[in-house]
Amino acid sequence: MVSHPEPKRIYFAVFGALMVLTLATVLVARYELGVLNAVVALTIAVIKATLVVLFFMHLRHSSQLTKFAVASGFLWLVILISITLSDYISRAWLPLPQAW
Amino acid sequence: MSDYTIAAIEHPAELQHQFEDIGQQLDASTLGMWVFLLTEIMFFGGLFCAYAVYRSAYPEAFAEGSRHLHMVLGGVNTVVLIVSSLTMALAVRAAQLGKRIATTNYLVATLGLGLVFLVIKFFEYRHKFIEHHVPGPNFIFDGPHAQQTQMFFSFYFAMTGMHALHMVVGAGLLVYFIIKAYKGRYNARYYGPVEVMGLYWHFVDIVWIFLFPLLYLIGYHHGLAP
Amino acid sequence: MSGRQPVDNRTDYLNDGYGIKSWLLTKDHKRIALLYLASITLFFALGGLFAVFIRLELVTPAGDLMGSDSYNKMFTMHGVMMIFFFLIPSIPAVLGNFLIPLMIGARDLAFPRINLLSWYIYTIGGLFALYAMAAGGVDTGWTFYTPYSSTYSNTHVIATAVGIFILGFSSILTGLNFIVTIHKMRAPGLTWFRMPLFVWAHYATSVIQILGTPVVAIAIVLVGLERLFHIGIFDPKLGGDPVLFQHLFWFYSHPAVYIMILPSMGVISELVTCFSRKKIFGYGFIAMSSLAIAVLGFLVWGHHMFVSSQSVYAGMIFSVLSYMVAIPSAIKVFNWTATLYKGSIVYQTPMLYAFGFIGLFTIGGLTGLFLANLGVDVHLHDTYFVVAHFHYIMVGGAIMGYLGGIHYWWPKISGRLYPEGWARFSALILFVGFNLTFFPQFLLGYMGMPRRYHAYPEEFQVLNVMSSAGASILAAGYVIPLIYLIWSMRYGKLAPANPWGATGLEWQVPSPPPTHNFAEAPEVTEEPYVYSHEEAQVV
Repeated sequence: MVSHPEPKRIYFAVFGALMVLTLATVLVARYELGVLNAVVALTIAVIKATLVVLFFMHLRHSSQLTKFAVASGFLWLVILISITLSDYISRAWLPLPQAW
Repeated sequence: MSDYTIAAIEHPAELQHQFEDIGQQLDASTLGMWVFLLTEIMFFGGLFCAYAVYRSAYPEAFAEGSRHLHMVLGGVNTVVLIVSSLTMALAVRAAQLGKRIATTNYLVATLGLGLVFLVIKFFEYRHKFIEHHVPGPNFIFDGPHAQQTQMFFSFYFAMTGMHALHMVVGAGLLVYFIIKAYKGRYNARYYGPVEVMGLYWHFVDIVWIFLFPLLYLIGYHHGLAP
Repeated sequence: MSGRQPVDNRTDYLNDGYGIKSWLLTKDHKRIALLYLASITLFFALGGLFAVFIRLELVTPAGDLMGSDSYNKMFTMHGVMMIFFFLIPSIPAVLGNFLIPLMIGARDLAFPRINLLSWYIYTIGGLFALYAMAAGGVDTGWTFYTPYSSTYSNTHVIATAVGIFILGFSSILTGLNFIVTIHKMRAPGLTWFRMPLFVWAHYATSVIQILGTPVVAIAIVLVGLERLFHIGIFDPKLGGDPVLFQHLFWFYSHPAVYIMILPSMGVISELVTCFSRKKIFGYGFIAMSSLAIAVLGFLVWGHHMFVSSQSVYAGMIFSVLSYMVAIPSAIKVFNWTATLYKGSIVYQTPMLYAFGFIGLFTIGGLTGLFLANLGVDVHLHDTYFVVAHFHYIMVGGAIMGYLGGIHYWWPKISGRLYPEGWARFSALILFVGFNLTFFPQFLLGYMGMPRRYHAYPEEFQVLNVMSSAGASILAAGYVIPLIYLIWSMRYGKLAPANPWGATGLEWQVPSPPPTHNFAEAPEVTEEPYVYSHEEAQVV
């Protein structure tokens, strides 16, 4: 819930940061960094999303409850993806069953 | 103050009967939209999960497919959506300040930018159709991992398509809000609906913030396709 | 105190406006609850009809009543209708909708129009499922495993999938409504730890609905896309992995079983305390265990996939977590039992259902531990042991809780009392019929009879005949309440505001309640479940 309107300059500052980060993600993608490419790309995306959530969506002025709810949502997404991927990653750790 | 004025202040027309006061209504509405957005996180999340599984299984095929997307158009669309989030945030702010014309203008700008996004998307899709990169019986791709690259394009269409569907819904809602804003419905006491619309719009922007690097920039370090 | 309310012209929610429009366009949570009651009863009857066909076929070892393809359709439609169109909505959409605003002292839910929309969405989803059924059914099992559902099945997969997808929205909107209502609309003085445990249970359920349902929605969308466009996402020949579908499906469908049982547990908490005339034991533990079940329930889905080629390491972790998720449920059973201890127990019909729940849910839950054990599950997976396990929980547990709740709150909902003699009789019939139907299935599964087969070896026949005989008794146990509850709406004795002498805000309003529930917001000043040891005030 927002009680006082944000000053415009905050919105423009966040907008500027989002533009810079967009440029950054494109530039970094031009370089071969192996697995780091995905890591960097996701990190920048998460930072951009955090800026939008905190400032454009007013989360920083919202109640503890709202902040907790949003955090849980992202946590649940992490749970879904990480546990599912853990199956795929660990499948190869055991050799295929051989005849007895 | 007349009895009618007192009544209007204590029981404003915008207050729904189940709420005690307009503050509770605003609180409940914004919490409600956030909870809905949680379901959207998990909905797109399922797609992202499937994407993660197949990208880690077929990295070259995904990179190859990615190179055949229009990175420039994708980048332009990213900028378009970020600007639209700015205008949306400014629209909410204007509504809070009771500025009828500013609210309307910012909402119109947001809608306009959203439509620009959809038009660019349409041209991207059309080009993919012409190049036979649409998965299905007409898919043609000459590259080393054709089948797995088709999988990449399936994710491209499923994820951007689902996103575009949400944009269309958002655009429709914006039309409604533009009309209401123009009629002066929103002010310092009653701006909740615009705030809630803003939450939805920003979320759709956030989904694209993730889609752009994950779909368009995978193989960029090997250069763009001709 | 017994007593008939004088027949007066007082307006309640039932007579506040007549005509079909006043019902189909209502915003009153109580009327919406009754709309749901009608719809889910219809789907329960249909799901039950498919069960009749299943049990008829299984009376003989040979597959002689129908071919295997038809049998596949029977158990699929039975599962789809019972799970998605009956159990998942049941208690939340009927009792939750009706009671939550009353229990927290509110005039309605946070979003009454979304509540009505939720029922319409349910109905549209139901129509798709009915169309699929009428057009020839679907035979993939309610689990829709790929690649059969996505590539090879020739039945109406997409129609059913669309119906379930649409239904998911109904579930999400109900959960959303409850979460916002419980957070934002409690009466003055009603802190979280003064809320009835029924409300806690529905809060936890709603969290699961919000976080889980969208994932099965996307899983269904992907199956549909695969069927239509052959994109290869679940087809090994095209580079896809069928097990990915199982991950996405069970990520929801395991928490879904907690959606089905948690509300019932909330009902039992209310029944046990009222009919022991004693404050519930361990309120805080029961409340927290509901949340624990909701959270832990999301971390165990791989126990459905032990034999699916899922990694053994992932399997081991899922197994350990599955043991852990049993703990909060056990805590509840301990607390209910401790509440009974030294209580003044009254054997009204709702209490009979509560006793049935506690015993049968315990058996169902304990047998779940066998299945959670990775090594044992290799032998029990896809046998009748699994079928018995989940029916003990869903029928012996969830449906008993649902019926107990319907009977307990029936005076409040309808303003009438049901006939106690018939009610007790049918509760006992239900208990006997249930055990006769499903206990033999534990033995069958242990002996190796696979599930979803329309034919079986000769040596399994005796137990199967027992099971089918039990099913006929069970059916009677369901039909009798349907008859006397409908009868009571016209001919039952008028009910006072508080026939059971129970605590809780819902009993402070007349039976049936007025449209806007409370004339002014009540103020709550004391803990819940403050009972003395006097006799229940029963009519």
